[in-house]
Amino acid sequence: MSEAASLQPATPSAAMIRTLGIVATVCGILIVTAYQGTLEPVAANKKLALERAVFKVIPGASSVREFVAGSGGIEPAGAVVPQGAVKFYAAYDAVGALKGVAAEGAAKGYADTVRVLYAYDTAKQAITGLGVVSMRETPGIGDKIITDAAFLKNFVALDATLAADMKSLAHAIKTVKHGSKQNAWEIDAIAGATVTSKAVGKGINESAQKLLPLLVPHLDKLQGGK
Amino acid sequence: MTPRIELRTSPHVVKGASVETIMFNVVLALLPIAAFSVWQYGLSALASLITVVLACIGSERLFNKLSGQHNTLSDWSATITGLLLALSLPPAFPLWMGVVAGFAAIALGKALFGGIGFNVMNPALVGRAFVQAAFPVAITTWIPAFSPQRFSEFAPTTFTTPLMQPPDISVWAKQALDGFTGATPLARWKFENVLATPMDFISGSVTASAGETSAILILLCGAYLAVRKFMDWRIPVAILGSAALTAQVFQMIDPARYPDPLFVLLSGGIMLGAVFMASDMATSPVTPKGVWIYGALIGVLTVMIRYFGGLTEGVMYAILIGNALAPLIDQVTQPKVFGQVKGKKA
Amino acid sequence: MAIPGQKQRSNVEELLEGIWKQNPVFVMVLGMCPVLAVSVSAVNALSMGLATTFVLVASTLLVSALRNVIPKEVRIATYILIIATFVTVVDYLIQAISLAVYDALGAFIQLIVVNCIILGRAEAHASKNPPLKSVINALGMGAGFTIGLLALGSVREILGAGKLFGIALFGPEFQPWVVMVLPPGGFFVLGAWLLLFNWLNIRKAKPAAIQSAEARA
Repeated sequence: MSEAASLQPATPSAAMIRTLGIVATVCGILIVTAYQGTLEPVAANKKLALERAVFKVIPGASSVREFVAGSGGIEPAGAVVPQGAVKFYAAYDAVGALKGVAAEGAAKGYADTVRVLYAYDTAKQAITGLGVVSMRETPGIGDKIITDAAFLKNFVALDATLAADMKSLAHAIKTVKHGSKQNAWEIDAIAGATVTSKAVGKGINESAQKLLPLLVPHLDKLQGGK
Repeated sequence: MTPRIELRTSPHVVKGASVETIMFNVVLALLPIAAFSVWQYGLSALASLITVVLACIGSERLFNKLSGQHNTLSDWSATITGLLLALSLPPAFPLWMGVVAGFAAIALGKALFGGIGFNVMNPALVGRAFVQAAFPVAITTWIPAFSPQRFSEFAPTTFTTPLMQPPDISVWAKQALDGFTGATPLARWKFENVLATPMDFISGSVTASAGETSAILILLCGAYLAVRKFMDWRIPVAILGSAALTAQVFQMIDPARYPDPLFVLLSGGIMLGAVFMASDMATSPVTPKGVWIYGALIGVLTVMIRYFGGLTEGVMYAILIGNALAPLIDQVTQPKVFGQVKGKKA
Repeated sequence: MAIPGQKQRSNVEELLEGIWKQNPVFVMVLGMCPVLAVSVSAVNALSMGLATTFVLVASTLLVSALRNVIPKEVRIATYILIIATFVTVVDYLIQAISLAVYDALGAFIQLIVVNCIILGRAEAHASKNPPLKSVINALGMGAGFTIGLLALGSVREILGAGKLFGIALFGPEFQPWVVMVLPPGGFFVLGAWLLLFNWLNIRKAKPAAIQSAEARA
């Protein structure tokens, strides 16, 4: 090997740089072309996926708009979410009336982070729907949070009223042991899937504690979308 | 293991017992436990026992054939695996799942490593771990002990169509025995903070796997094996001792939260596991010091998994971990002989 | 570039090399990370296989076409650049085709870039052979990888969910084998397939060995 190498004339540096440069340029063009070419279908796909998820937790809605709630009030969402602000989705019905608000919450479950999308009803001041964005919980146990009717009943009207000072929830949302739900802000865990049930409660609570104090004072801005 | 040895007639030369003799005696020692479980749970337990044992024997035969090994059925080891596996499963475990468990026990736990004596972990526990991971709901579905109709009807889950889900038995179980909750004493302690009394365990009227309720019977059968020197008595003693000690320490820290050592020893599968599963010769250490370490480790792990793990019962995994560590324990506990030429004594 | 004394392989042999003789999953046991991770369902397995095949074929073609102008000293850098480019392209393509598949495959699409099959083919085959031959070889390897993934994916989906390509096979009463869609299931099924593959090979080799022994006697 070394003998063969020494027999070959050394490659000039310029040739190496030239080759790498040309290949890099070609590759760059390829990537940009692919990016530009798929930009529209990808955006359409994402919008569709978002609408499907939001419509599932807010039945009757027919359009969705993305907003961020920050210290300065509510603004339409841009590419980046500013520091301290929370992204949420406002859903409107066919005539443009606000049907509800949806936001994501996430917490560590049994296997990995459980990401959920919950619906917040502004009139009832309650959480009225739950969907799962992503999870890797044990099939047959943890994934009951999608199918278990008794568990989903927790999210028909889960109390999420703000405290008098409007800085946090009046009662923190929390998951309690199966069969021991007593208050409207408690989530009755699934027997045998306590860890996943707790992750759902924790994810919603953390997100709602942050979002709702920023959102509720400015609700009027959301009316009459579209 | 050539046929010539089997043709020998008595009197036998005074030597260590053969594999066949030991294994046969283990089967004998397991039979009273199996009989008790049938008396306790009735026809379903009997069907489960027979099916799982047959599945293990059939799988053993199949792998003997495939691998071109001589027939190892006569050494009783597959029968023991089948009995232990069936005794560690819920009595009304669907029969087709029992067959899967039996096959997994022999295939994954034994044949893969080269057959008897080469397995790293207890085959019965490998089979149980497989179905525990595959069918987590069915393996925690229990039936009541001593229900009046236990000898006239099967539990509805027993004859589940292969590959299909077993039916929900909560309604049937409540009819069979009034006030049946469907949770094991360990689960009731963990999730409801209800402690079963020692009397419940001694009479056997608790919810559990087929062969783990009769602590006294298990100890008696184990004593028979230990007295006849077919089992290393130090292993069960080390496991039960260290589990009791660990439980005692936790109870001293917080008596309200942690149960007393007696509950820890009587509940769940720790008796059956300590006496019959952890003491399997192929998968436990051979050095005297190693045996104590191995047993102590399993005992501590069992209590730790029960108290702090997501599962209610930890014996199975504790023993499997112990099995996996056994070669390492052997290696670090080789007796050192000072001032002697290697190989002379020791 | 034929080495003297070695017979030039036909195109069919090149294609079959990856599908059977040097199957990346069952014989070379390469690229196990995606094989174990995404083979929970047949659809995921097929998508992953096709994505990898695309990257494999495209990068092989480019590497082979440029094989005489790439200086030896910078070849690895060049190969990786080319492979990374096609992985990025396939990343966007999958997003455009189906977000569900994109989410299911997750990080493993980007990780195609470090799949050793691809760099291995570029280094061992494409850099020494003309484009047509390299592409045929890459197609064979890609097909072999896809078949391997599908073999795992279908078994895991059938036992783990009672479905194949999302179509229920046994009706709603089916009892899923949960372990099959968990990581241990991947190892069990891979082990079973390897066992079967080797067993077949041994059986095929045995009569030949007996014959040659008889011939010698």
